[in-house]
Amino acid sequence: MSEQEPVEGAAPRGPLRVFLVDDHAMFRAGVRAELGTRVEVVGEASSVAEAVTRIAATGPDVVLLDVHMPDGGGRAVLEAMRRTHPQVKFLALSVSDAAEDVIGLIRAGARGYVTKTISPEELTDAIRRVADGDAVFSPRLAGFVLDAFASRPDAPVADPELDQLTNREREVLRLLARGYAYKEIAKELFISIKTVETHVSNVLRKLQMSNRYELSRWAADRRLV
Amino acid sequence: MSAPTREPEITSTVTPHPPRLYRATEHRLGAGVAAGIAEHLGIPVLRVRVAFMVLLGLSGLGLLLYAAFWAVVPPRPGDTAAPPRRDLAQLLPFVVIGLGVLLLQVVAFDSVGAAGTAGWLVAIIAVGAGVIWHQSGPERRRQWGDSAVPWLGAVVEESDRRAFVLRFIGGGVLVAVGIIGVAAVYSPAQNFDAVLNGVIFALVGLAGVGVVTGPVLWRTWNQLRSEREGRIREQERAELAAMVHDQVLHTLALIQRNASDVKTVQRLARGQERSLRNWLYKPTASPTERFAAALEQAAAEVEDTFAITVETVVVGDRETDERVGALVAAAREALVNAARHAGVQTVSLYAEVEPEQVSAFVRDRGKGFDPDTVENHRHGVRGSIIGRMKRHGGRAEIRSEPGEGTEVRLILPITGSGSTAERDR
Repeated sequence: MSEQEPVEGAAPRGPLRVFLVDDHAMFRAGVRAELGTRVEVVGEASSVAEAVTRIAATGPDVVLLDVHMPDGGGRAVLEAMRRTHPQVKFLALSVSDAAEDVIGLIRAGARGYVTKTISPEELTDAIRRVADGDAVFSPRLAGFVLDAFASRPDAPVADPELDQLTNREREVLRLLARGYAYKEIAKELFISIKTVETHVSNVLRKLQMSNRYELSRWAADRRLV
Repeated sequence: MSAPTREPEITSTVTPHPPRLYRATEHRLGAGVAAGIAEHLGIPVLRVRVAFMVLLGLSGLGLLLYAAFWAVVPPRPGDTAAPPRRDLAQLLPFVVIGLGVLLLQVVAFDSVGAAGTAGWLVAIIAVGAGVIWHQSGPERRRQWGDSAVPWLGAVVEESDRRAFVLRFIGGGVLVAVGIIGVAAVYSPAQNFDAVLNGVIFALVGLAGVGVVTGPVLWRTWNQLRSEREGRIREQERAELAAMVHDQVLHTLALIQRNASDVKTVQRLARGQERSLRNWLYKPTASPTERFAAALEQAAAEVEDTFAITVETVVVGDRETDERVGALVAAAREALVNAARHAGVQTVSLYAEVEPEQVSAFVRDRGKGFDPDTVENHRHGVRGSIIGRMKRHGGRAEIRSEPGEGTEVRLILPITGSGSTAERDR
């Protein structure tokens, strides 16, 4: 998601309320310092149980969530919070960009996924984008999704409307994976930025809801589900 | 005589018609069989005991009956909390009586036939099994029942020292009886009964050996297994420690020394990150065999040489051949150009393997250039990228605008046998 421009028309409002979940105190301190005054860090947690209670207490806009933690990791937090606090957005922030971690978190309900090598500006942008309800897709994540849908079987699937990525969505993902920003994708495909964002959001939604059997098989092969 | 009569109130909730014959836990000498029967029939316990002793003379029938009752009849429920009271001195007269009965039998009848031997053997085995069965607690017995081979647990389980000693003695007795029996049967005249007896004794002996050595073998095997697991863990730990020492610590030391040189620090950190990432997540593949591995190696070389970040995304994978190798080489050249001329920190490399074509895209957001103004003597783009792709039946497009960055598109159609794209990345 490098070099992605902020959402068009995202008017600057009050500072976003951000919550950090990571089991490394040093990393939390680093992120807090990097974010500085751009967002308001309302709380931190170092474990799943602590995160669940403190997120419920503080009610942040966006939770920056680490993937690998003792006692269940980010996925456990997501699964605990998703039903009770649907308004809280989750952005996974992990040192790992292994396919199973990325797709696993997205399927659990995270709205985006960035790696810890991200620059502070890009991280702020990603937080804002997620808070606005958009998806944050890294080229790598787009690559994983394409990979999952790459080997199509000849037999058509039952519910193509819901299950399959449309050609357009695949095209958008491909450009995303090639390193295009949303703005550039819009220009390349002669569509508006909002449409690009809709396509990306749809991909994310399908990732979470899909019962398309290749994706589940793909996930099962890598023991994601 | 009569133990205080207790109503089986506990079991009545479990079964509508609880068995009314129980082994007594009070006033018992052995397992409480005789006392239980006496109480059930309402006769003095002494008569029951004497009856058992007399039956002992009939080829060990008394012993066999006793063992059978022992195994089948449950102890009186609700009495488990009562401490077992056993008057061993009282047991002595009955042992004497039993020996007397046996002696009388030997003197009076002077021989013990095959049927008699078999009866005794069965009785001894039954008692031995009873010892093993009953010296364990009921909850442990339930535990054995859950396992696939219930009796195996009874034989091999290592519970405590006392149980082990008991089993050892029981098994030892069986072994001795077996060996003595084999010797006794084989020394006299050879007839069918003798052979049969010999087989029976041999089986008894084997069973005894099994009972005695079972726990030891089991323990040894467990020890060997845990030792092997420990060794494997230790080996993995040593490998990890060696890797951390050889790579991570050295990189960190170099970073400390070059702390002022941002570019060097970035290059070191990037290289180390890639190496750790590969070590943790990537299945190893040979760059000479697989397309994705070859591309990633090329990207890594460029990263290390020019201290930039190459964001590599490869979708799908296939085996390499000469043409695919040419595509990798062209992509590498495009990466080098971007690193050298674009003046950026990050370059994107995306490659996709489709059934009908392999494509790669190298994109940067750097200075860009006007392709028409490239001088004729500059061969990098024309020769290494466009020409190379053309020679191998593919095509290369270069799209660049000053200020907008550059994208190099490499497309290689696949025909014939190599067209099976493999997706097992």
